[in-house]
Amino acid sequence: MDASTLIFFALAALLVVSSLLVVLLPNVVHGAMALIAALLLISIFFVMLQAPMVGVLQVLVYAGAIMVLFLFVIMFLNPARQPRGGAWLGFSVLLALLLGGGLAAMLTKTETAADPVAATDLFGSPEMLAKSLFGDFVLPFEIASVLLLVAIVGAVVLAKRER
Amino acid sequence: MVPLDYYLILSAIVFAIGVVGVLARRNLIVILMSIELMLNAVNLTFIAFSRFLGSMEGQVAVFFVMAVAAAEAVIGLAIIISVFRQRQSLDPEEMQLLKW
Repeated sequence: MDASTLIFFALAALLVVSSLLVVLLPNVVHGAMALIAALLLISIFFVMLQAPMVGVLQVLVYAGAIMVLFLFVIMFLNPARQPRGGAWLGFSVLLALLLGGGLAAMLTKTETAADPVAATDLFGSPEMLAKSLFGDFVLPFEIASVLLLVAIVGAVVLAKRER
Repeated sequence: MVPLDYYLILSAIVFAIGVVGVLARRNLIVILMSIELMLNAVNLTFIAFSRFLGSMEGQVAVFFVMAVAAAEAVIGLAIIISVFRQRQSLDPEEMQLLKW
C-alpha cells in the first residue's frame, strides 16, 4: 500500500466521521462545524483528483459563503436543543444502508480503465475550466446566473417581515 | 494512484449518511445541512469520474451543482426563517396544516 492510498484512507475516515457528526450531534452549531470540516475534507479530495480550481471554489463558496449563511440563520433563530428522531431512526438507517450499498455496488460496476488517462499539467486548471465553461456550456452558465438572481429576489421576498 | 472504486464507495457512504440525516432528524436546519452533504457526495463522484475519464465536463457539472446548491440554501433558509416566525418551531413534524 503506497503513501497516497494511506492518505486517502486517513482522509476518508475523517470525512465519514465528520459526516456522521453532522447527522448525530444534537447541537445545530456543532453540526454546522462538522459540516465545514467535511466540506474542507472534500475539497482536499478535489485537489488530489487534479481539480484544484473546483477545490478552491469549494472552500470559497461552500465552506465560506454558504456555511456562514447557515451559521447566521442558526444564531438568528437560536433554536432549542431538539431530540433525535425516535421511531424513524431505525427505518431510515436501514433504508440508507440499502441505498448506500446499492449505490456502491452500481457505481463500482461501471467500466472504466484501471489506468486513468494521464493528466496534462493544464487539466483542472482555471484555463481549462473556463474554456469548457464559456465554450460548450455558455448557455447553462447564463441560465445559472438567472437562477441566482431568482434566488436572491425569492430570499428577500420570503424573509421580509409581513406588514 | 488511488483506484476509482474507492472514491465511489466513499461518496456512496457519505450520501447514505446524508439520507439518514434527512429522514431521521427533526430539525429543519439539520435536514438542509444533510442535503448539502448529499450534494457534496455527488460532487465527489463527478470529480472522480472527471479525473479517471480525463474529461473536464465533470468539473463543469460540479460548478453548476455549486451554483444550484447556493440558490437552494438561500431559498431554504429563507423559508425556514419565515416558518419559524409563524410557529416558533423548527420541527417538521409540527407542520401538518396540509396533512390529511
